[in-house]
Amino acid sequence: MSQLYLVGIDCSDCGNRALDYAADRAKFDGSKILVAHVIEWSPYSFNTVEENAKRHKRREDELERAHQEIINPVLGKLEAQGIEATGVVRHGHIAKTLKKLAEEHGANTIVVGRQGQSNVVAQLFGSVSGTLVQITDRPVTVVP
Amino acid sequence: MKPTRCIAFFIMLFTALPALAQEGVDERIDQVVRPYADGVAGFIFSSFPVAGVQIPFVLVWLLLAATIFTFYFKFINFRAFRHGFQLVRGDYSDPMAAGEVTHFQALATALSGTVGLGNIAGVAIAVSLGGPGATFWMILAGLLGMSSKFVECTLGVKYRNEYTDGTVSGGPMYYLSKGLAERSEKLAFLGKVLAVLFAIFCVGGSFGGGNMFQANQSFKQLVSVTGGDASWLADKGWLFGIIIAFLVGMVIIGGIKGIARVTSKIVPFMAVIYVAAGLLIIFMNLPAVPAAFGAIIDGAFKAEGVAGGVIGVLFQGFKRAAFSNEAGIGSAAIAHSAVRTNHPVTEGFVALYEPFIDTVVVCTITALVIVITGTWDPNVDPSQGVALTSQAFETVIPWFPWVLTIAVVLFAFSTMISWSYYGLKSWTYLFGESRFMDILYKMLFLSFVVIGASMQLGSVIDFSDAMIFAMAFPNVLGIYFLLPVVKKELDKYWADYKAGRLKKFKNT
Repeated sequence: MSQLYLVGIDCSDCGNRALDYAADRAKFDGSKILVAHVIEWSPYSFNTVEENAKRHKRREDELERAHQEIINPVLGKLEAQGIEATGVVRHGHIAKTLKKLAEEHGANTIVVGRQGQSNVVAQLFGSVSGTLVQITDRPVTVVP
Repeated sequence: MKPTRCIAFFIMLFTALPALAQEGVDERIDQVVRPYADGVAGFIFSSFPVAGVQIPFVLVWLLLAATIFTFYFKFINFRAFRHGFQLVRGDYSDPMAAGEVTHFQALATALSGTVGLGNIAGVAIAVSLGGPGATFWMILAGLLGMSSKFVECTLGVKYRNEYTDGTVSGGPMYYLSKGLAERSEKLAFLGKVLAVLFAIFCVGGSFGGGNMFQANQSFKQLVSVTGGDASWLADKGWLFGIIIAFLVGMVIIGGIKGIARVTSKIVPFMAVIYVAAGLLIIFMNLPAVPAAFGAIIDGAFKAEGVAGGVIGVLFQGFKRAAFSNEAGIGSAAIAHSAVRTNHPVTEGFVALYEPFIDTVVVCTITALVIVITGTWDPNVDPSQGVALTSQAFETVIPWFPWVLTIAVVLFAFSTMISWSYYGLKSWTYLFGESRFMDILYKMLFLSFVVIGASMQLGSVIDFSDAMIFAMAFPNVLGIYFLLPVVKKELDKYWADYKAGRLKKFKNT
């Protein structure tokens, strides 16, 4: 049965482990992969006037760079393995945005890497995987 | 190249130090600048007598405009209040536009440019000169000012320039020139003249209220917590000025983004602490609150012992409200114009919150604290400004002056950063974009920081007021011609909103 895996990557090590995991499954059952990179951003942050004036341009640059440096290399790797994959870059709260993307694209499973923060950090700020498990209505695979 | 330029500037300042470090430098700077400052102030505040009080024309001008806008847009300040909140909350923000400047961010940025010393020092001055009754008129002016902000911020977004590199630039210079030209060919010339006048005054305002006043008041507060006249700092305004100028220079010339970013994050936090402390004092004195409101309302209509009677009270309240929330001045239109929206009028709704938060909420809290704690005694030296507010808080929270000092310095700093941007935009509107003009403006800006810190309060306040209020002449005059444009935008949008034709993304 063909499925759609949504893989959240932040270009660090753990993201790639999630990707490898999803790639293995996809090769096995012919599933597709949607690679997502979320740029941490809040609509309620405080900026200077100058930051605001340049924001539109900055956003385009950020999206462009994320596609060039994170998404495209990954898509290339997946294609080389014969896996059908697409990529997406968004701004927002990481867990909430992944949840939304899964719904939009009808992903069956969300795959993320464990960030491995210390207990204190996780307690204070929460973790992407922890939050995601709580808010989404679909299965989440956390790759250690 | 940037750090080196900073260092060069620092060295330059310090080579000037031996000349400055003589006795009475502050006095000498004050002596030299004062006649000019007084002259400018006298001109802008040309007044006419009403019931024995000299009423400056500019205040009538601002207030009349705010009242006309309120009626012309059928009390937009109240009827769009709820919708403005929905917009700030992001109910109507397309998730696909995530990463762009949101309504909340535009509002927060504009607020950090206005919430500051006007709310702390200005209110203290108003209450000590006009009695508690000044608060009433201040609140009224704040409510009416919401309509002015609505108009100018809508226009700011509508006529902003979007450059090929993706940056945006908006404000009165653009809506006055482009907007009036669009109305008719005959008005094009007037629009150009008004835009240039606005830009000139805005540069002046960025040196005055957006700079000298801030440097001056934050220094006064620093001296007062470190021991008043006996403080080692007492006659070293120039030194404080140089330090602040250096820090501001690091941000605006050195491009050290970190400082600006950190400030923009701490300032809202300090504002919350200030408001919380104010509310705490009010709650601790809850039994005194009805009497305080009584004094405010009583004093608004029958003023005893206040120069100029009721008109004098009204004048103090209106003046400080206008100075604090800058409605009708045009500065906020620059800050609000960066928002990403398909409907310029939405930013107008959001901008309603600026005078509301600034004047109706924060200024009122300050006024209540001063009235409740009784520190508004008319015999108190009115030139004390921020020191008076500091005293009021101190009576209940003894260590608060220290917190207030940090807040005041930070507010001053962030206001300076904002105004340096407003001023620079006006400067480049006048002289064109070039590296030389850019640096020249910034150098001038920094020297005014030092001058402001060294001068006596009276002449600083007069000059600051004058320059900021001068902006209102070209701005408001041009807006009158553009009212039908805003009306058209508003009516169309409001009909869509009422009919539910606008797409809501959240809280549906």
